[in-house]
Amino acid sequence: MIRARNLAKRFGDKRVFDGLDIDVPQGGFLLVTGPNGSGKTTLLRILAGLAAPTAGELELPERRLIGFIAHDPLVYRELTARENLTLFARLYGVPRWSERVAELLEAFGLGAAADARVSTFSRGMQQRLGLARVLLPSPEVLVLDEPYNALDAEGSAVLDGVLDEFRGRTFVVATHDPARVERRATESLAFA
Amino acid sequence: MSYVGDVATLARKDLLLELRAKETLPAMVIFVVASLTIFHFALPTGSGEVAAKGMLWVALVFTALLGLNRAFVAEREQGVMDALVLAPTDRSAIWAAKSIAVLAYLVAAEVVALPAFALFFSGLDGATVAAVALADIGICTVGTLLGAMAVAARARELVLPLLFLPLAIPIVVGGVGASVGEGPRFLLFLALYDAIFALVAWASFEYVVVET
Repeated sequence: MIRARNLAKRFGDKRVFDGLDIDVPQGGFLLVTGPNGSGKTTLLRILAGLAAPTAGELELPERRLIGFIAHDPLVYRELTARENLTLFARLYGVPRWSERVAELLEAFGLGAAADARVSTFSRGMQQRLGLARVLLPSPEVLVLDEPYNALDAEGSAVLDGVLDEFRGRTFVVATHDPARVERRATESLAFA
Repeated sequence: MSYVGDVATLARKDLLLELRAKETLPAMVIFVVASLTIFHFALPTGSGEVAAKGMLWVALVFTALLGLNRAFVAEREQGVMDALVLAPTDRSAIWAAKSIAVLAYLVAAEVVALPAFALFFSGLDGATVAAVALADIGICTVGTLLGAMAVAARARELVLPLLFLPLAIPIVVGGVGASVGEGPRFLLFLALYDAIFALVAWASFEYVVVET
């Protein structure tokens, strides 16, 4: 599902990583660990198709099958939760998007706040909305960069539920706190 | 969804965001009216039509720059560009929609600015209005591409003028030329500029938004 050979990334003279080989089969769970600034986010952005490697070969599924969760929820603060999800549902061509949006808003505990602007949401609510946005098109590969950061207790429980529910999909998860997800990992990669 | 549908969805979102936040258009209107007012009092009597038209074009270019500087603010501050880039749409749809939104703000500012110019100076002719319309398209297509480039830079407020103003010189030359009596030749020049730079911006936007 994800295959990389001799993957390298440099920013000018600065080497982020070099000679990385990665194989994550369908249904696999790659856990990426390491301290801040070690290159986890750079690698995840490459695996999500948001950045190009400096060198190496990379095989990824097509773009519509990849869901990416970053430190930020990647939603518009001046739109409502429903408007945000509707925007992305239309861009992804989600069938019966109106029902799908309503279903996800309820599933993520945002039904009551669906028509409120995101700028009025707590950080945890925003992250839950970000998670709902990613799951709109039912992606085959989920690339999660520090997914538990800024999630409240309810949000963390929802994310655990998502990881359980989506077992069988392919995951790449970066964290500097691996205890929460390491039992799920089938592969691991540690940055120094 | 079709390409046109994607562009319409994204443009609608941009216009809705401006309608809610009201951060760009009011600033553009105030700036352009203030500029024309200052020029009205600063230009000595009998300065002539060329000077007045020159001032109009300077005011319009810097008003557009104000809008372009804010074009990708929401995407930058909330990191939404990543989510848009990952969506399975042609990435140039993001550029096309943003260009349409910036064009809408610019036209709205000009709806106030052009009558103000006519009031302060020597009136307004059809060639000037046509030149402004053509120039708007060039400004928005090129400026939106450069705005997307600048948004990744650290000193983005400085980078955009540095990239945009040299490319806006032909627009000012064409605009002033069309406004002061050599209409058809300069209007054709502006239309050619629009076509070439819109094509370049459309084709290159993808490379601007994916990190290399």
